[in-house]
Amino acid sequence: MTKSVLELRNLRKAYGALAVTDDVSLSVHPGELHAIIGPNGAGKTTLIHQISGLLPSDSGEIIFDGEDVTRLPMHQRVRRGLARSFQITSILPGFSALENVALAVQARSGSSFRFFGHAARERALNEPAMDCLNLVDLGARAQIMAGLLSHGEKRQLELSIALATEPKLLLLDEPLAGTGQEESQRVVETLRRLKSHTTIVLIEHDMDAVFSLADRVSVLVNGRLIATDTPERIRANAEVRAAYLGEEEAV
Amino acid sequence: MTTTLLLIQALNGLQFGLILFLIAAGLTLVFGVMDFINLAHGVQYMIGAYLVAAFSAWTGNFGWALLLALPTTLAFGLLLEVLIFRHLYDRDHLDQVLATFGVILFLNQGVKFVWGAAPLSVPVPEILSGSVEIASGLLYPVYRLAIIAAGLTVAALLYGLVNHTRIGMLVRAGATNAPMVSALGVNIQRLFMVVFGFGAMLAGFAGAMVAPILSVEPGMGDNVLILAFVVIVIGGIGSIRGAFLAALLIGLVDTVGRSFAPNLLRLFLDPAAASQTGRAIAPMLIYIFMAAVLFFRPSGLFPAKR
Amino acid sequence: MTELTEMQSAPVPSPVMRLELVPIILFAAFAATPTLAAYSGAEGYILSLLTRVMIFGIAAMSLDLILGYGALVSFGHAAFLGIGGYAAGILASHGIEDALIQIPVVLAASAAFAFLTGAISLRTKGVYFIMITLAFGQMLFFLATSLAAYGGDDGMTLSARSLVAGWGVLKNDIAFYWMALLCLLGTYGLSRAVVASRFGRVLRGTRENTIRMQAIGFQPFRYQLVAYVLSGMMAGLAGFLLANQAEFVSPAFMTWQRSGELIFMVVLGGLGSLHGAVIGAAAFLLLEEFLPEILHAVSFFLSDDIRSRLAENWKMVFGPLLILIVLFARGGIMGLLRRGRHD
Repeated sequence: MTKSVLELRNLRKAYGALAVTDDVSLSVHPGELHAIIGPNGAGKTTLIHQISGLLPSDSGEIIFDGEDVTRLPMHQRVRRGLARSFQITSILPGFSALENVALAVQARSGSSFRFFGHAARERALNEPAMDCLNLVDLGARAQIMAGLLSHGEKRQLELSIALATEPKLLLLDEPLAGTGQEESQRVVETLRRLKSHTTIVLIEHDMDAVFSLADRVSVLVNGRLIATDTPERIRANAEVRAAYLGEEEAV
Repeated sequence: MTTTLLLIQALNGLQFGLILFLIAAGLTLVFGVMDFINLAHGVQYMIGAYLVAAFSAWTGNFGWALLLALPTTLAFGLLLEVLIFRHLYDRDHLDQVLATFGVILFLNQGVKFVWGAAPLSVPVPEILSGSVEIASGLLYPVYRLAIIAAGLTVAALLYGLVNHTRIGMLVRAGATNAPMVSALGVNIQRLFMVVFGFGAMLAGFAGAMVAPILSVEPGMGDNVLILAFVVIVIGGIGSIRGAFLAALLIGLVDTVGRSFAPNLLRLFLDPAAASQTGRAIAPMLIYIFMAAVLFFRPSGLFPAKR
Repeated sequence: MTELTEMQSAPVPSPVMRLELVPIILFAAFAATPTLAAYSGAEGYILSLLTRVMIFGIAAMSLDLILGYGALVSFGHAAFLGIGGYAAGILASHGIEDALIQIPVVLAASAAFAFLTGAISLRTKGVYFIMITLAFGQMLFFLATSLAAYGGDDGMTLSARSLVAGWGVLKNDIAFYWMALLCLLGTYGLSRAVVASRFGRVLRGTRENTIRMQAIGFQPFRYQLVAYVLSGMMAGLAGFLLANQAEFVSPAFMTWQRSGELIFMVVLGGLGSLHGAVIGAAAFLLLEEFLPEILHAVSFFLSDDIRSRLAENWKMVFGPLLILIVLFARGGIMGLLRRGRHD
């Protein structure tokens, strides 16, 4: 049996009496792309916030790479190799695309308490950053102000930033959200390429993308995981169909 | 001896706290509902005091002066809202700080322009002059008791207004979640105006009430403004209940601290050093208190926003 | 949340290079002034006014470092002017008159105060941050007013300007002018380096998007705190110079109105360009100095009585000017220069 990269044990987050995630246990294997699907309001984004450390968990444990990170703040989880993207694009709009990524490289290479030297001219930062940009096909747009990129490019950029932190695990919160047909095709291609680089946990509404990319799929309904299995079996799972897929198709 | 002194200081603290509450109430609502940081709130207090001074010189009667001053401060607040503040709601806090700072400069100088730089004094109304014996051998000015009574009455009215009327409900909802209130189809612009005008009037009322016991002078609103900010930050922005409790706390800590810090320190230091450090520490007490509150509760005691 | 990001996103490279002209002209003008002033017939007045401009330039620039690059609206920055001034005054009153000792003490005291108050203030966000920095400023103000041994409300007079290695060179106003210019250039160079460095990039990134910075592994608090301390030390130095120039220090150095004026200088000059803050300080102080006369001059068609009242109450023009600048001239003077060049 392979050791899991990420293991969630009985994770829970509640607002007052309303449990948004409840008793979530999940194990993510090294190298897999693990998709989490579920209807709107199932608690998917909350779960990602809990794993990444943006939201504290009420109870349960998060074991990442063999270490209990449940109580660590977000930035320390990132340093241990847990990167994430956001559902609503989160970049530095006033920085060039290259600088957005170079900052992520900077975060993991050497101290940032350096008060002299021109950071934007450091090759040791810019070259790895350029590699990450090329990986998502943004190399040609490196000098463009990030805020001026198209929506699809911003999503690509966010992936690139996450990659630049050299993650052992990448948490992606709806990377296709708001992208058009053509753009989403490009993001899916990028994700397919990233699969060979790192382990990925993906939240996504686009079922075509999920079923074509995922090695395993977990289904979250009302804050609880009701199934985890291969895409084929999930598709065939009666409970899942009843709770989620059927409902979608009926619409 | 010390007990009577303590009682007097406690009453002074209560009176000061209630005045602070009248100012802070409007400030915290404006802040909470509109996310608008209004440095010029202190000048409303000053304007209230000046108006009552002017009207009582004119009518020769404090009661009439107060009755005239209240609607005038309300109108003045609304005028400022329409002319200036309205254009600042969707600006960032930095712009709001600067523009309202400009209003302070203008009005502090403006009252000098109109009434001169020398302090004005307002006579204590005849029926409220003199002192009463509130405990054996302990005299306390009637007018200060009247301020306490007025403050408590307004606080009670405000509590009822905010908690038991439709507009109060909207204000509370607005402090928690302004977009939601406007999504409900409420004319948020008008709600803002009402809250603003009302807050200005309360501050003006506070200024009017203290006019007979303080000197009415340019810039008198500035320090009170800072104290009101301390109050709403400690109480939690947007919370009337927080503002009330924090105002009383600040009033008491400040007043009692000033007279007792030297005495307390005498337990540890020699008298000269105690009175020296005591006088140094006393005015800092409320800021230390505020820093301590924010250290443990960065959003104040009763945060309205969730 | 305070959102400063949109109004002054970093300019694209080429205009930045062209705008380098502005600081060069600015500092050249400061350097040329002593020579030119000698011919003006009002040398003492011009030098003392411009020394004051440079000192406030340092203070405003230090504020720009955290306000313009870190989006930290500190409303208690005048406190550092007070720390610098009082440290110099108190040391001098105990016989320690040498700047070589005074300046390190000023820097250490400012750093300590900035570290303590920053560590508490930076736990809060937005409006709470503005308020708590204001409160700390007030705290120090009241402390100064109660220091009876050092003048209390009235402030204290310094027996003389600081010595430099036992040498009384600063008694000469021209020498003092050069000293202020040296400090201005030094702090400007340092700030420029810091802003472009790795550290500065983290600070700027945090201004734009704190969550994003955390999500790539930074802890913004530490960087903001260090920036706050740096900024406080520079402002402390400005306070030291200010007390030395006037040979006087009083609680009025650190009123909250003074903190507001510092913010105004930064915004007037244009956030986030450092030399913009210096230009803002110059514009502010010159306006303050000459507005009464300007008002008197432009109101020539009115009666003498009204003209003198107008000049006397110049703040009634100053306040609305402030409001108009906020409402209509975002980006300040540097913004206007930038726009002018794009047209």
